Parts: sequence; structure tokens; C-alpha cells
Amino acid sequence: MKVFDCPVIGRRPINEFDYGGEVRRPPMDADETTWAAYVFNRKGAPGLLREWWYHRPTGRWYVMERDTLKDEVLRFIDLEEVRYDIPA
Amino acid sequence: MPWRLLKYGLKSSHNEPRFFPEAKPLKSHYDVVIIGGGGHGMACAYYLAKEHGITNVAVLEQGYIGGGNTGRNTTIVRSNYLTPEGVKFYDTSLKLFEDLADDFDLNIFYSTRGHFTLAHTDSALRTMRWRAEVNKHQGIDSEVVDRRFIEKEVPYMDLDCAGHSPVMGALYHAPGSVARHDAVAWGYARGAYNRGVEIHQKTRVTAIRTQGDRVTGVETDRGFVSCNKVVSMVAGSTPRITSMLGLETPIEIFPLQACVSEPVKPFMDTIVVSGSLHVYVSQSSRGEMVMGASVDPSVLHSTRSSFDFVEGLTDKMIDLFPFMSRMKVMRQWAGMSDITPDFAPIMGKTPIDGFYLDAGWGTWGFKATPVSGKTMAWTLANDRNHELIEPFRLSRFTDFDLVGEKGAASVGH
Repeated sequence: MKVFDCPVIGRRPINEFDYGGEVRRPPMDADETTWAAYVFNRKGAPGLLREWWYHRPTGRWYVMERDTLKDEVLRFIDLEEVRYDIPA
Repeated sequence: MPWRLLKYGLKSSHNEPRFFPEAKPLKSHYDVVIIGGGGHGMACAYYLAKEHGITNVAVLEQGYIGGGNTGRNTTIVRSNYLTPEGVKFYDTSLKLFEDLADDFDLNIFYSTRGHFTLAHTDSALRTMRWRAEVNKHQGIDSEVVDRRFIEKEVPYMDLDCAGHSPVMGALYHAPGSVARHDAVAWGYARGAYNRGVEIHQKTRVTAIRTQGDRVTGVETDRGFVSCNKVVSMVAGSTPRITSMLGLETPIEIFPLQACVSEPVKPFMDTIVVSGSLHVYVSQSSRGEMVMGASVDPSVLHSTRSSFDFVEGLTDKMIDLFPFMSRMKVMRQWAGMSDITPDFAPIMGKTPIDGFYLDAGWGTWGFKATPVSGKTMAWTLANDRNHELIEPFRLSRFTDFDLVGEKGAASVGH
């Protein structure tokens, strides 16, 4: 995979992007074990992974779903889908 | 022995003894099942049989012996790490390496070269001093050297790095070595086999059966085998094994690429690493320049290699060694590195009774082959973690007791 076909900025070479890792949601109210698991553990197995990518030239973050076995982007995700409220 | 070679060449059939036997059917029960027939798995089997008398052992390998990361690394052995835990562990390994050829009665092409880690900035030099002090405190031959020393030992290197990032000094580790990785795996495998261990290649584990919190056996594509203890020594495939048990770990898989040039006459008798430029290079006993860079930036479960890698690597390499611009890249490849957040391995017991992990080997697995085999064999035989691997236990992440190993190669710190 050398090119991302992005719905906003079109086809861009992958080396314009920085990797931001798995999209995750912190447990809002958790004991120490759950919190430690959130901080360190990752979905390591091959398969579908939702991850952050930063496009340097335009300075914007994107979320995409990628097959980490075949290295294929399946879809770009609307940021509204991964949004969560920070508790007051 | 040219005469023997000539006779060998003229013979029509060669009755060389097989290194490994033809596959036999799987038995219904083993005391220990080792998943993964790489260096670590074979070393573990070898020490289980040799030092603990446990020989009812099966090594299950989905491909062939040493075909994973054991055959894909750049074969460097050193012990100048940053944390006392790491230094002690890798130094035990280096000492074991020095005696392996005698143990195996097999030439592992162990060659002590001297290992330079170049510093191009003040901050890098500061880290080198820190590492050197930790190393010396643990009795390791390791020191910070200046430009003049490097110039004398590596005269063919451009210390000004084409003017981009001049070398200010280096961490010099005289015992730094290279060894033939295949021979290490084969030597351990033959030693284990001769002591009664069964080696099953092309045998893939598809599930691990448990009862309550206890392991009872493994399902393979050649049928079920029952066993008391299972140890996973599969490096880049670790998450596939742990997910069979629903066991969460901090391991993520990033490809690590390497390449070799066409073979040339021997001229380089040292190992040169630059953390700032993310390159390392040594010359193999065949004359190829063995070169590597840092891990790929994103998660991928594949061993594909890319043009971007060669382009990025050679750009830096030519700054250090301008004459290399006339050399050709002959082969390039990748391995799947199982990276942990603190760049230290995950070893020993797990919350599941009878399931042991030897994982998180990222970019530092080959040099640990003997010591990980030895300490994991001890751990399996005694059902508690060996003292050398206690800092690397899986529970360190829930105890917030990380190792912080920043002496690891090929990863950004």
C-alpha cells in the first residue's frame, strides 16, 4: 500500500502521513487493573484496525479502518463516529 | 581440506547424515509443547533436555526451523544495554554464545568485531556516557570513545557524515559480535533432537485447550495433543497465539526490514550503528554488507519489503560510507517485530496455569537466543520465573513496574 485514497484530499502518497496508532476510548470510571490494561494493552492480532493517521501537509487527522494482514484501507471514518464526551 | 572436498565433489551420492529426521506422527501426550521452532524454541528444548532431563517435549513449527525472525535478523550479539536488568540478561547471553560452537560441535561463525554506536549530537553523547557507566558497573567492557579512536578503527567512514551530522564520539563495546543465525538454530535443534526432543515442522497450532484456568493441550492441523505445559516462542506471531486464549498483551507488530549488498572483499571488521541516522551495518563472513534500519512506522502483519526502505537506508548509508554508492543491493526482506512499550521482552508465567510466554522480542531477539532458552527451560521445569527474567514478567504492566530499556536498536526513543 503506497497511496491513501482520502475522500477529503484525494489520492495522497502514504509517506505524507504520520501514524497515530489504534483509535481507543479511555474507560471513564475504572479500577487500577482496567486502567493499566487501557494504558498498555493493544489489539495485537491481525485483522481490522481503526487507527489515527496525520496528514502533515494539511495538518489534519484522519481515522481509517485498515486490514493489518493485507495492508488495505477499507474505509475512512467520519470523526463523529469516534467522538466521545469528556466528563465534566 | 581440499583433498576431501575433491573426493566429495567426484562422488555421485553424498551420504551426509541428516541434520533433522523425517517427521514422525505426533504422540498423544507431551510434558511440554513448545510453539515455534526458531532459535528461542530450539534453545528452550535443548536446555530442557540437557539441564533438566525433560525430554518428552514437542517443538511445533508452522513453517521450517529458523525460517522466521531467527533467519531474518542482522545477527548482532552485544550486551551494552541501558538498564541493569537488560545488561545482566544480555551479558549472560553473550557469554553463552562464546561457548556454543564447542557445545554443538558445529561452527556458528561467531566473530568478535567490536561494536560502535555513533553519537552525532550532544544529547546522544550524554546517553552514551550514561550507558557506558551502567555497563561498567555491571562489569561490561564498554566505553565512550572520541573521533580520533573511531577514525583509527573505522578509517573508511566519513566522520563528517557528508557535513550533515558530524560524528562527535561513540559508545564502543569491544565484545560486540556477529554469528551465523541459521547455525545457532540448527545447532540447538540437533542437540535437542539427539537428547530425545521431537521436532515437528509444518505443524500449525490452531487452538489451545484449557480447563478452568489450566492448559490441557493444543489443537494442531495434524490433530490434538494433550500436554501439561505450553510455551509460546513465536515472536511476531505472538498475538495470534495469545488471542487463542483471550490473553491481552501490550505487544504490537511492526515490520523490521533489512538488506544485504553484493559480496565484496572483507574490509570491515567492526559493527557500526547510528541511532540518530537509524542505520546499522556489518560485513558478513560471505562479504555482503548486512544493513538494517528502524521498524516500519505502522502496524502490519506481513513480511513484505519495500522500496521506501532501501531508498531511506541507502541515503543515510552513503553519507557514512560514500564508496558504497557503487555497490548494489542484492536482497532485501522483512520480519515481524513484536514491540513492547518499554522495549524489553515479556517472559515467564502468565495468568493461565501451564501457559508460558517468551515474547516481545522486537528488534533484540537474536542476541538473547541462548539466555532466553536457558531461563525459560528453568522456568518451565520449576514452574516459577527465573530470577534473570523476573523483571520481564507480563504482570509488570499491571504493577506499573516497567523496564525502560532504551538501549534497544532500530527503534526510536
